[in-house]
Amino acid sequence: MLIFLALVYIYPFLISISGSFKTDAEATQDPLALIPATITFAAYERLFANSPFPLWAGNTVLITVCVTVGRVLFDSMAGYALSRLKFRGRTVIFVLFIGILSVPGVVLLIPRFLILNQIGLYDTYGGMIIPLLSTAAGVFIMKQFFDSIPESIEEAARIDGAGNFRRFWSVVLPMATPALVTIFILSFQGSWNELGHFIVSRQSQELNTLTVGVAQLVSGTLGAGNQFPLQLAAAVLMSIPVAVLFFIFQRRIMNTTEGAEKG
Amino acid sequence: MARAAQRTRRGGGIRRGEARAGYLFIAPAVIITVVFLAIPVLLAFWVSVSDWNGFQSPLNPRVNFVGLENYAAITVEDGLDQRNFGRSIRNNFYYVLLVVPLQTALSLFLAVQVNRAVLKGRGFFRTAFYFPSVTSSVAIVIVFQFLFLGTGAVNAVLRAIGIQGPNWFNDPTGIFHGFVSIFGLTTPPPFLADGGMLGVSWWEWLSGPSVAMMVLIFLAVFTTSGTFMLLFLAALQSIGAEIEEAALMDGAGPFRKFFSITLPMLKPTLFTVLTLGLIGSWQVFDQIYILGGGAPGGTLMTPAYLLYESSFIDLQWGQGAAIAFILFVFIILLTLLQRWILRDRAPKKRGVAQTAVKGGVS
Repeated sequence: MLIFLALVYIYPFLISISGSFKTDAEATQDPLALIPATITFAAYERLFANSPFPLWAGNTVLITVCVTVGRVLFDSMAGYALSRLKFRGRTVIFVLFIGILSVPGVVLLIPRFLILNQIGLYDTYGGMIIPLLSTAAGVFIMKQFFDSIPESIEEAARIDGAGNFRRFWSVVLPMATPALVTIFILSFQGSWNELGHFIVSRQSQELNTLTVGVAQLVSGTLGAGNQFPLQLAAAVLMSIPVAVLFFIFQRRIMNTTEGAEKG
Repeated sequence: MARAAQRTRRGGGIRRGEARAGYLFIAPAVIITVVFLAIPVLLAFWVSVSDWNGFQSPLNPRVNFVGLENYAAITVEDGLDQRNFGRSIRNNFYYVLLVVPLQTALSLFLAVQVNRAVLKGRGFFRTAFYFPSVTSSVAIVIVFQFLFLGTGAVNAVLRAIGIQGPNWFNDPTGIFHGFVSIFGLTTPPPFLADGGMLGVSWWEWLSGPSVAMMVLIFLAVFTTSGTFMLLFLAALQSIGAEIEEAALMDGAGPFRKFFSITLPMLKPTLFTVLTLGLIGSWQVFDQIYILGGGAPGGTLMTPAYLLYESSFIDLQWGQGAAIAFILFVFIILLTLLQRWILRDRAPKKRGVAQTAVKGGVS
């Protein structure tokens, strides 16, 4: 029973991998077969030679790297400040962050477009990256983690005269690796798979990411007819990085509930 | 706050500059949140009560305040806008009605299964069930489009057991309509055809999800069950030993053990999964966008996609923003409901085992 269910979950991925190596005709006529009658790399060749796929991949890599680095840094800084540093308005800011956790992503489509247009960031890398650089959920996870580290750890460094930044950077941050890994996974996966924000933050074809580009490929002219191997190849390729990340951090993801929240 | 201030003062020299560092540390997150979340939401609210048509800035002096006109157009005024909104609500309602119970039941079932100590290769099964949750919606939709072709893999399997599968993605027939048509009921009785709500007749409200929507329902269950399985799994592992103990003392069989002991203990997680599911499934956007909008017959249209289409394609920004705010308020209410339920449960947590056992006995 369980094996059957596992097959139901895995089979679609196996079929899409094998489908991407089939000819157009075979993919349509014999979609179930796991081993193509004739193995062809035509779909992959077309993706790389005759489509903007490499450009989309480049944009996605650039954005994902920036967003992930930014989130790890900004979320941990904010989490540290909320957990450790005393300043006026701290409680208000924290309550604000909790409130923001409940703003549904989909209603932000129009607002994000409006503000990017207003401040002149629409259709730029900046407009695609900056709004994603910090998330309330990330700040919250980091704050909770810093709360669990005893304050006495910092005392020694404090007495040695280490400033706030130094204590954060060399004492507390290295201890926060588990939480940082969580933020890293969530940010990478979230920004790699992000679609809505990239739909509303740019219009130039040169700024297409993998998600936007491949979505166009599915509904646009390239998707007409029986080009399933091409689409499947694109789907397979764009899944590889998150799959690799997933398998590297599998144990961590499976053992924590934080990893379960989707970006 | 008062205590924090006191400690700052008492700390003296060694804590000097801490407030400044605090502001500095939190500045990037706060600025991004204010500029790209708080201000935009206010700006969008202005658009929802204005007649902005998409040209120049929504703040330019030629844009007028129109009150609730945009809200009225989609809710009370007869017309296409109202009908589209009504249909999108109907479609999403059936989506939620099927997705939430199915994903909850399936993820709970999977969690209980992979949590069994005797199961070999638990890691493999967990990976298999969770993997669809990490891949992008774009990739999954492509795979599902391929699987559910008229001549696709799903229909090939159905043919093998003697069923002629439908042309999934192109079939706008509501499944309840399809069901009653078996009994010859293809035209609506007058009392269902005449009345209605939000510009959609009762007969249409009762159509059920379309065949095409069923594919998206399968897709949602496929991609979310793994995530929710992990939530259940975490809960199961934290109460694992107690279950075994209680069941041992009762001499309960597996079914009785599940319904009388495990399930009551999972109640807090169950509520979390149900509300997260509710919140998530009222926001379906990606899949609809990738499939190119509300086709076939508009039966895939959801409020989340409609707000995008109204604004970015039909350039009726006011109406799009109005839909966004209706959805916003609705989802916030669901979120508050979740908070309220969880706060209600939280103090009981310590006594959860006792409550569960009591519940099992009664």
